[in-house]
Amino acid sequence: MTITVPPVRVEDKLYQNRYLIDAGRPHIKVRPHQSPSANLLALTRICPAKCYELNATGQVEIAADGCMECGTCRVLCEESGEITWNYPRGGFGVLFKFG
Amino acid sequence: MVEEKFDAIVIGAGMAGNAAAFTMASGGLKVLQLERGEYPGSKNVQGAIMYANMLEKIIPDFRDDAPLERHLIEQRFWMMDNTSHAGIHYRSDDFNEAKPNRYTIIRAQFDKWFSRKVREAGATLLCETTATELVYDITDKVIGVRTDRAGERILADVVVLAEGVNGLLGTRSGLRETPRPETVALAVKEMHFLPEEVIEQRFGLKGNEGCVIEAAGTISRSMTGLAFLYTNRESISLGIGCLVSDFAATMESPYALLEGFKNHPSVRALIAGSELKEYAAHLIPEGGYKAIPQLFGDGWVAVGDAAQLNNAVHREGSNLAMTSGRIAGEAIVQVKCRNAPMTKRNLVLYKTMLDDSFVLKDLRKHKDMPALLHTNSHNFFMRYPQLISLAAQNLVRVDGTPKIDKEKATTAAFIKGRSRWGLVSDALRLALAWR
Repeated sequence: MTITVPPVRVEDKLYQNRYLIDAGRPHIKVRPHQSPSANLLALTRICPAKCYELNATGQVEIAADGCMECGTCRVLCEESGEITWNYPRGGFGVLFKFG
Repeated sequence: MVEEKFDAIVIGAGMAGNAAAFTMASGGLKVLQLERGEYPGSKNVQGAIMYANMLEKIIPDFRDDAPLERHLIEQRFWMMDNTSHAGIHYRSDDFNEAKPNRYTIIRAQFDKWFSRKVREAGATLLCETTATELVYDITDKVIGVRTDRAGERILADVVVLAEGVNGLLGTRSGLRETPRPETVALAVKEMHFLPEEVIEQRFGLKGNEGCVIEAAGTISRSMTGLAFLYTNRESISLGIGCLVSDFAATMESPYALLEGFKNHPSVRALIAGSELKEYAAHLIPEGGYKAIPQLFGDGWVAVGDAAQLNNAVHREGSNLAMTSGRIAGEAIVQVKCRNAPMTKRNLVLYKTMLDDSFVLKDLRKHKDMPALLHTNSHNFFMRYPQLISLAAQNLVRVDGTPKIDKEKATTAAFIKGRSRWGLVSDALRLALAWR
């Protein structure tokens, strides 16, 4: 017997959070690539805010608006240069009400 | 413009940073604290359990006005398979004491309170300010920081790096490495609100009593991980964390794991009808003693999560953060009182004092545990929980099978599942790593 888990939409979870978006200044960027490495591809599944998505031609793209600044992608993909990672400017980004 | 100079700059207003800033400001130092969030706590995430003993050493009368949720009287450890949990529960009225030992807290509220104490002690806090780089003199001693405000330098005799597990300043400056995927866990957490009396009913609590559940097993889908459920006054914090390297290898989604935990039959009823008000994610240092980086140098010290000071075995972090921050602060005050420079040679005092404290003694004791648990995750987080559930069910289900046959079946299942040698070697390695 397995547990039945209703389908989960991360967007619904993120909707509860408070953010101050620094429009036009994304704090994470993905380096242009032909095909993603295993780690970069993994981010499409393991990023807790689902910021990374595979596009129609097989490249990984990021939309960092829902980012919770955990650093998982930094730990996996910064050293190889596949992504650049910075904190948002002071005051911007996720603002936890409870943490 | 004249550059303003401080005795110390503290990067971050979490547990470690606030402890360090409070200690130094109370010791008469001119302290500047930088926080990148809108307010202290706005970037911080924890379960969260706060340990009174370590806060008492900093603010003895904290109970007078700190925002505390519930004091803990019950601890449950659960080993889960898909439909069951086997558990060790410890509940004691002894924890209903005048000065309780552990409390649940909500970090954003607690950190604001702690930060107010820091400012009352005389430190200056600058929020919405991200420190972007360290400033060095010609001898390579750290003498200050640059921030994302206007770009001018802020100078100090010493910089306390309390920037958290994912701190950029220390790693970009080469003072320590970026955490490896094997030495950090990714945890996701949700805040579920319920009326106070419903929480008290469901957990058998009265007044401010609280209960904690920590759970391992098939919920982490054979990854090294742990789930938790903490009762706050009118909310429940629950979450699950697994090693980043395991997430990368399995490509499991953290939010799917969390849904699995929430929908487990043992958990679902506890949070039924609750309202979700926040979803958070954060990294947790898991590398233990062997992952601790250099803790001090010319003009700097590292404290708390930034220094990987987390006891994964006992799930303690904030107390190590508070204590390392306090000790770093005390060491800096001592050096300052001697009118000595904040050099590596003098700041070694911080490490010496930390070696003498529970922080490094505990981490040293468990130095081999991360390697054991991280490399045997399938056995410890999948196979054993399943076997233990089977054994427990075999024990309590009465179906006419003679007890001797039941016991033989349980033993056979363990041997089939892990082999005689595997069982003995797991027990031995666990004992050796634990002692």
